[in-house]
Amino acid sequence: MREASRDRLKAFLTLLPSIILIGVFVYGFIGETIWTSMTDWGGSGSLSLTPEKNFVGLANYDELFTGFLGGGFRQDLVNAVYYSVLLLLGAVGLGLFIAILLDRKPKGEDVLRTIFLFPMSLSFIVSGTIWRWLLAPQGGLNVLPTYVGMEPLSYQWLSSTAAILEFNWQNLFQILIYVASFVMILTGLWMLKSNSRRAVELWLIPGIVLGAGAWLFGGLLPEALFMEEMHGFNMATLGIIMATVWQYSGYTMALYLAGFNGISQDLRDAAMLDGASEVGYYRHVAIPMLKPITISAVIILSHISLKMFDLIFAMTGPDNAETGHPALTMYLTTFRANDFAQGAAIAIVLFLIAALFIVPYLVSQYRQRGRH
Amino acid sequence: MKFLGGIMKKALAKVLIVMVAALMLSVPLTAQAKELTGELEIFSWWAGDEGPALQALIDIYKTQNPGVKVINARVTGGSGVNARAVLKTRMLGGEPPESFQVHAGQELIGTWVKSDRMEDLTPLFTEMGWTEVFPEGLIKLIGTDKGIWSVPVTIHRSNVMWYIPANLKKWGVEAPKTWDDFFAIAPKLKAAGVMPLSIAENWTINHLWESVALDSLGADNWDALWSGKLKFDSPEGIEAWALLGKILEYTNSDASSLSWQQATDMVIDGRAAFNVMGDWAAGYMFTTKKMAPGKDFGWIASPGTGGDFMFLADSFGLPKGVKNRDNAIAWLKVLGSKEGSDTFNPIKGSISARTDTDLSKYNDYLKSAAADFGKDRVVGSLAHGVAANETFTGGFSSIMEMFLKSRNAEFAAKACQQLANKAGI
Amino acid sequence: MTNKITLGSVFLYGTLTIMALLFLMPAYMAVVTALKFPADISLPTAWEFPAKINWSSFSTAIDLLKPNFINSIILTVCATIGSTVLGSLNGYVFSKWKFKGSEVIFTLFLFGMFIPYQVILIPLFQTLRAMNLYGGLAGLILAHIVYGLPITSLIFRNFYSQIPTALIESGRLDGAGFFSIYTRIVFPLSIPGFVVTSLWQFTQIWNEFLWGICLTRHADNPVTVGLAQLAGGQAVSWNLPMAGSIMAAVPVLCIYIFLGRYFIRGLLAGSVKE
Repeated sequence: MREASRDRLKAFLTLLPSIILIGVFVYGFIGETIWTSMTDWGGSGSLSLTPEKNFVGLANYDELFTGFLGGGFRQDLVNAVYYSVLLLLGAVGLGLFIAILLDRKPKGEDVLRTIFLFPMSLSFIVSGTIWRWLLAPQGGLNVLPTYVGMEPLSYQWLSSTAAILEFNWQNLFQILIYVASFVMILTGLWMLKSNSRRAVELWLIPGIVLGAGAWLFGGLLPEALFMEEMHGFNMATLGIIMATVWQYSGYTMALYLAGFNGISQDLRDAAMLDGASEVGYYRHVAIPMLKPITISAVIILSHISLKMFDLIFAMTGPDNAETGHPALTMYLTTFRANDFAQGAAIAIVLFLIAALFIVPYLVSQYRQRGRH
Repeated sequence: MKFLGGIMKKALAKVLIVMVAALMLSVPLTAQAKELTGELEIFSWWAGDEGPALQALIDIYKTQNPGVKVINARVTGGSGVNARAVLKTRMLGGEPPESFQVHAGQELIGTWVKSDRMEDLTPLFTEMGWTEVFPEGLIKLIGTDKGIWSVPVTIHRSNVMWYIPANLKKWGVEAPKTWDDFFAIAPKLKAAGVMPLSIAENWTINHLWESVALDSLGADNWDALWSGKLKFDSPEGIEAWALLGKILEYTNSDASSLSWQQATDMVIDGRAAFNVMGDWAAGYMFTTKKMAPGKDFGWIASPGTGGDFMFLADSFGLPKGVKNRDNAIAWLKVLGSKEGSDTFNPIKGSISARTDTDLSKYNDYLKSAAADFGKDRVVGSLAHGVAANETFTGGFSSIMEMFLKSRNAEFAAKACQQLANKAGI
Repeated sequence: MTNKITLGSVFLYGTLTIMALLFLMPAYMAVVTALKFPADISLPTAWEFPAKINWSSFSTAIDLLKPNFINSIILTVCATIGSTVLGSLNGYVFSKWKFKGSEVIFTLFLFGMFIPYQVILIPLFQTLRAMNLYGGLAGLILAHIVYGLPITSLIFRNFYSQIPTALIESGRLDGAGFFSIYTRIVFPLSIPGFVVTSLWQFTQIWNEFLWGICLTRHADNPVTVGLAQLAGGQAVSWNLPMAGSIMAAVPVLCIYIFLGRYFIRGLLAGSVKE
């Protein structure tokens, strides 16, 4: 028994260096950045070896979300949300589609798999450089149609100034409530079959009440900003999204493909015997079984899209509101405008959004492990 | 250190003897106080066309100090943004390069001098007699009451409008002296399928703004703006933004995906009529495109700013706590020397900061610029770090982003004033 | 699958071919542009194969990127070994030597995988400065090892949980302790795990840019930074950045092509629970 407890101590000691490293480099640093974001480290003198920092509370966040000069950040944030959503839809959708095709075991599956996967091996700097050239206004993709005798396209992939789905930042609270109510109603409808009572009581009714409330009494909500400010999805971001989807749908494909291979042939045959069509098999058997894969793909991709920096930087450079992203704004605010505190605040906002997805995921994983 | 250096020398004596002998034969005996060794890291964002100019300077340095290993640390991309980010992490990381490129004016003072990271170069200026050869106004810009902080290498003019004389003749227009002239000919050009004014990625629009604002405000008000005497959201300030908005109607819409050279190319190819850019555009057309100044390409002060010279200057400073201080000082001596200055500037396409330059080495454009610099009213550039500190210039870029989207002059002017308050202007 | 030509198989092969072509398009563009002379590069003819081939883009790119290449190799090899070895030990503890709180610690580790790196950037270089590691490869290696720990620990933990506990128990009955079980039983079984993890880490570290540019001095820049330098110089001639891109991509690309199967396994272990 003493032998065992000594082994246990050894195990802990083996882990200890990593615990310390993670503790300092992850949690300590996050704490440090949170602290920095609540100071006024910036302006002239900010680059001295012992810069002056005074505690200012949440002033930097206030500036970002309601201040005059935070407009650029707000636009970038909105853009990043659209960017993440479209990247998820694109990469998961296309990846799943290719995986289903490859699951039919066509000839040359090996080669095809490599072709679809290779973009993922490239550095964002490499793919950004190539795509910038591909999406140049008078060349690349736009001249492709001329090879089949059509007019060249004139779409400005990376510099279009058009925006769609615009909304007024002043109505932010109302919009957030609409979104929340929409999500609740959706969840309710989805749960309706399995647990109808809970679905109605917990999700559907509150969701409808919330949405109706926001619609009826939206005027009573405080305005999020002192002036009208329109933000929307910038069409120029489509070019960035295309490049990212190109790079990452191979990844989701590989995940799904491995998942499909993991489904036993027996189950597949059984489904077929039950009269399921090919489409039915994927829709009712395979894809639901791969829900854990979908979830982890969503988590990984949203994490990637939230810290996207290199690709945008290589493709459109700094100061391009049309393709802006908070990760880029953070870099510019910190290192060009010398506003370290504000840069830290932007980083923390990104971190909190990421945590919004990841903490529930990690907690549920933890619980599942506990059950085993 | 000296003792150690002595040992090193002895150890390397055999190798050195050969080299020294070779040197004595090839170079006239320039009295070198002591042989410099070690490294010299020169940090800049000069690449592309500016690369050869910098290389020429390094070559001079190497013939004078053959024992020094020169590291030409260029960080390109993102119009100097990467370079600044890298420089700042380096400085905060306590690893300063021996010397780095910085725009004279507030970019130097507001960021580095205020943070007490630079060495005072007054002794060097006195020793080399530079206080006499650099214009007094320029020395004021690179100095404070506590000292002189960098060695200026180039003078660039920002408010220049470029065109191709042959093309203008073909289209039957003349280079506009005022923006009203421009608005008079712009519809005609547009109807002929020519873009009246070409612009590129965002910083070139900041660049355009400063030329437009200089016209709209006038030189006195421009200076008043930066000393805090005139508010950005005053009627005059709003007017400048409104004028920019009007001009942007006549510009290309794919701007943000172009580099400044591509915007210049549009003018060269005849796809656009004019381009407002600093006079590095002359360097590009002269050196890279092999065009003759005055003949193949023409220039005029940006509309309404004749008689004003909006300038910017590249300079190099000496950070505190560098590893090879002597090497860095030797480098600064090359930069400030007449030989260095007259080697570098003709290649880069800028004029020398020294008043005693040998004008015969410069092309026609630069000769005219040098003459203007002597007689025009000189004001500082915003887009290139002279007029305001980095807190302002950094924030200004994002205000410009918002303006390009909203085209709301009043909003932009108000935001500028807020930013000025924050930046302490 | 039958050999009959059906509507379904036409659709299948047709779609796959089109998709494959679309996916290869950027690569084709990179190669074609790299092989052109600067004067022959123009937007309207960007897709055409060069009439005369210019190999010199590659030799110039190799010349320019050689020091960065060497840095990247040193960086990637050291950091991959470091994070893989530590990750293997951690995975061993997390899967076979669970103690009270080890699951919580594991979850806290995993969190480190998902943070946006902007959030730790400023303290990171301040800390490296305090440790006197700023500027060189050593600091960058340390950073990559630390932030690689979550993923390597995860992959090894999942890998080791497939080793039957009975095997460990029998080792223990034979009198083997914590370390001898690892060296005698677990380690020999974990070669595939090492392959998967090091491939993953190799790719990640090789491709990283933000830290490379912020944490190293010029002489120690990794290849991605060198490439950005090539591409960022207001590139008038695109052949050089394209050739550089291909050069920088080759090592990782080889891994994908020749060891793709292992890599996919790595992906799965890294993202799918158990």
